[in-house]
Amino acid sequence: MPDGLTVNYDGLIPNNVDLNADARVRKALETWHPGYIDWWKDMGPEGFQEALVYLRTAVSVDPKGWAKFDYVRMPEYKWGILLAPKVEGRLIGFGQHKGEPAWQEVPGEYRGMLRRLITIQGDTEPASVEQQRHLGKTAPSLYDMRNLFQVNVEEGRHLWAMVYLLQKYFGRDGREEAEELLRRRSGSQDSPRMLGAFNEATPDWVSFFMFTFFTDRDGKMQLEALAQSGFDPLSRTCRFMLTEEAHHMFVGETGVQRIIERTCAAMREAGIEDPADTERVRALGVIDLPTLQKKMNLHFSLTLDLFGSEVSTNAANAYNAGLKGRYREDRLEDDHRLLDATYPVLRCRDGAIVREEVPALSSLNMRLRDDFVQDCQGGVNRWNKVIEKAGIPFRLSLPHVAFNRKIGEFAAIEADPEGRVLTAAEWAAGRDRWLPSTDDNLFIESLMRPVSRPGEFASWIAPPKVGIDNKPGDFEYVKLWG
Amino acid sequence: MGATLKQHLIDPEICIRCNTCEATCPIGAITHDDNNYVVDPSRCNACMDCVPPCPTGAIDNWFRVTRPFSLEEQLSWHELPPRPADPTGEEAVDALDEEAAALIADAHRGAGGYARAPASASKPRVNLFGRAAPAMARVTGNYRVTKSGTSSDVHHIILDFGTQPFPVLEGQSIGVVPPGTDANGRPHAMRLYSICSPRDGERPNTNNLALTVKRVVEARADGTTFRGLASNWLCDLQLGETVPVIGPFGATFLMPDDPDADIVMICTGTGAAPFRGFTERRRRLGGHGRGRLHLFFGARTPEELPYFGPLQKLPATLLDQELVYSRLPGRAKEYVQHRMLRRAGDLAALLRREGTHIYVCGLKGLEEGVDAAFAEIAAAHGLDWPALRTRMREQGRFHVETY
Repeated sequence: MPDGLTVNYDGLIPNNVDLNADARVRKALETWHPGYIDWWKDMGPEGFQEALVYLRTAVSVDPKGWAKFDYVRMPEYKWGILLAPKVEGRLIGFGQHKGEPAWQEVPGEYRGMLRRLITIQGDTEPASVEQQRHLGKTAPSLYDMRNLFQVNVEEGRHLWAMVYLLQKYFGRDGREEAEELLRRRSGSQDSPRMLGAFNEATPDWVSFFMFTFFTDRDGKMQLEALAQSGFDPLSRTCRFMLTEEAHHMFVGETGVQRIIERTCAAMREAGIEDPADTERVRALGVIDLPTLQKKMNLHFSLTLDLFGSEVSTNAANAYNAGLKGRYREDRLEDDHRLLDATYPVLRCRDGAIVREEVPALSSLNMRLRDDFVQDCQGGVNRWNKVIEKAGIPFRLSLPHVAFNRKIGEFAAIEADPEGRVLTAAEWAAGRDRWLPSTDDNLFIESLMRPVSRPGEFASWIAPPKVGIDNKPGDFEYVKLWG
Repeated sequence: MGATLKQHLIDPEICIRCNTCEATCPIGAITHDDNNYVVDPSRCNACMDCVPPCPTGAIDNWFRVTRPFSLEEQLSWHELPPRPADPTGEEAVDALDEEAAALIADAHRGAGGYARAPASASKPRVNLFGRAAPAMARVTGNYRVTKSGTSSDVHHIILDFGTQPFPVLEGQSIGVVPPGTDANGRPHAMRLYSICSPRDGERPNTNNLALTVKRVVEARADGTTFRGLASNWLCDLQLGETVPVIGPFGATFLMPDDPDADIVMICTGTGAAPFRGFTERRRRLGGHGRGRLHLFFGARTPEELPYFGPLQKLPATLLDQELVYSRLPGRAKEYVQHRMLRRAGDLAALLRREGTHIYVCGLKGLEEGVDAAFAEIAAAHGLDWPALRTRMREQGRFHVETY
């Protein structure tokens, strides 16, 4: 003890960081804990705090026994602090400190930068819980409701993970940041969450699935980049979080896929061949494919904004300092310093979109975004396979990266989903063809009616192929009345 | 049939290509291209590290094949090929270890056919630890649970895994191999023992499990005494000793997670082990559902009935107990099947209920008497027992484990 595998379950906070031996941090976290529970009760899933939910709880960092499933009331969920086991002799893998031993303490010269990276990551975790807090009331099945709550409690755990780092390594500053993480509110005028996409509403379940597919995937990319960090506790924390994050990807990808399956099946049953015949498709109580494309356009473009400016000194500094690497840096074969390398970046020059070679260090945001787009494309291809199998002449596609952007190179211009630069008038005229219109949103809203009998699903979504934890189709994933 | 192997495959229709398995695999047996994630059959040693973290369940496919699918074949798939027919009719994998699989198949034979797991059972983990790399457990308890002075010496043995996760479900078994070698100088055969504790340990959130082991000491006709190798070794373990543990095993003899399910548990002697786990699991859940537990437990005398004392403390609302004795002085011999007939009305009502699950566990031969009793009860109440038994078995509601 502690060897990084032992999980202590006796105290208030399950952990494998030997909190018992660290009275200061334990006290700080125990002081923070009531505020967290208050936040969860105020801003967590509304109306379901007493329900018994069949949830997965991470209980170990050993893959053989890492999580267990059981009915839990969400406020009683065990939010623990779990770090992937320490790799002895781990070296910093990139930047100017490449080859030096990974840091076990915060290097003084990078204290501010590191704190900011952790705080920004931490801020996104409670934000999405806040964005999704009303969705339980319109869940299309108990299965989906359970998946929503699973995502929510794990985002809560990820907040804990970041707060632990702040409390453990950043003294009073860290404590204040931890308090602020509970004070900011998604969408608030006075104290909004730090990043734009996390202040947008998640008004319906189509948005929720798109959010978990696209926006949580940004989270995955950021965690992958931070998992490379030379600051070892951050790396270990993020590596363990990625195991949980995979479930969030799963919820998004299969959620959209099940919508597509249901739509295609309904179209075939009704003999509708033209996917653009939205009126007849909607009359079947399913979501037409063009509307799904618009939802996709919206969430993809909002998420691209999270990657920041294509050309960024902050990203270069964080890399150079060894704090934040590239996506799967350890699998890349180059000098891992990038002092002389260049990288092609799409830029906006005189109102046109052009490709330019830019120093690789400055274009790390762009590079991570490219990796993200590629990762998204794989999922979209799998969705299209469903449509293709049903024999429907329609394909979903990711819009151009210049489409509907508010941050970075393309914030100054308007572009259509193919990347053609538009005048303001052209944009205004085309907007409702590319992004969900008021009518589209009203239609989706009209479908959002709760289905709460075990084994039943709303008209617009197909049942999953496999149950969670291999449960049968009619398993009661949420016992609504406790 | 030629030599077969159970090949580990990933279902490309369910997989979301999250890379968790590839990142988890300790020996680099998982790889991917733009289309698929695949398992290299020449490398995978079925260590199971990749199975629990998979978010989709796509990872947990085992096909019995005579020729493994190559990496190239797997990479080209858009869906799994049809599952080759398994001669045993097996669907869930009880054990990848052939020795353990044979022991389980033998123990389950009394069910009269392949018994599925209960529909609501949790997903079991199997074969996490093999003979070559067992989990090391420390003995933290070893005491007798039958009255001293009787000839039935049954021990309750607690094995603690320390920091090593060893996830189990009620009804599963573990394998142990007694130290030393046999007359031919080879390691001893594996023995399976049912776990008698619930999934979260002897106390909630402890990383241990318990076994119920009867010391085998039998007088032979030639005047010698046979002493069971494994049972005597286990019953003599001292606190603090280390025991290599293989498993867990078993994917069908599991309890339903549905708190509304009624569970009928019929056992003799150490066959009570899994039912102690079932009962404690239900007790800890605190009566959320309508389901009740019904126990028919046979022994020679109360003194020889394992856990007699603790059983007296359980409320009837949790557990309906019928303790049955075959050697009470001055009383006719009574076996569990006799007591079942005395409760015929209640059992018939349970047989009619779709949520009822029946489990039989004990020495070989128990299932015959139990089967006859069910047949008699069913006939008297207008039910067709053979047909009902088959249906219940296929629905995962009828289970036999005898040895």
